[in-house]
Amino acid sequence: MAIDAGEIERLIKAGLPDAQVRIDDLRGDGDHYAAIVISAAFKGKSRVQQHQLVYQALQGRMGNELHALALQTSAPQD
Amino acid sequence: MTDATVTDRIKQDITDNPVVLYMKGTPVFPQCGFSAAVVQILTTMGVKFKGIDVLADPEIRQGIKEFSNWPTIPQLYVKGEFVGGCDIIREMYENGELEGFLNQHGIAARA
Repeated sequence: MAIDAGEIERLIKAGLPDAQVRIDDLRGDGDHYAAIVISAAFKGKSRVQQHQLVYQALQGRMGNELHALALQTSAPQD
Repeated sequence: MTDATVTDRIKQDITDNPVVLYMKGTPVFPQCGFSAAVVQILTTMGVKFKGIDVLADPEIRQGIKEFSNWPTIPQLYVKGEFVGGCDIIREMYENGELEGFLNQHGIAARA
């Protein structure tokens, strides 16, 4: 089952309101995405914790409707 | 819900083996590109690891997701600690962090 890029962005921003989000549909199939997410919420957190915050925002879709989302996360530079 | 025996099995595996990769398929025959990518990184670095095929065991497949609070496979554990999935391992490998991390944990690895 596919999910569109706008929906992924909306969910991430609902969970992390300050986030800058960039989504690329890697194969144009609505099933393989790459996302870059920058949010102050990531400050002081490990990469695992940062990705967990994004997965939380996606409310269980990751690993289900959303098969592949290559994630890159970081906190904003001061 | 994951029952206690599944959690115990996971704890046992990540305690008994210094490097454990929960993956789809086996190290020799990975069944998913993301699992294959991590196998390739570990193999390139000469890291010995135990592969656990979640496709062969639905309880572990669900159990490890809950145990790690991580929705996808593969998942890499080093000395009982969850290190990450495919994206994190790839990023750590590419920026050279993975070698240092493994060495710090007493695991022989080359860049």
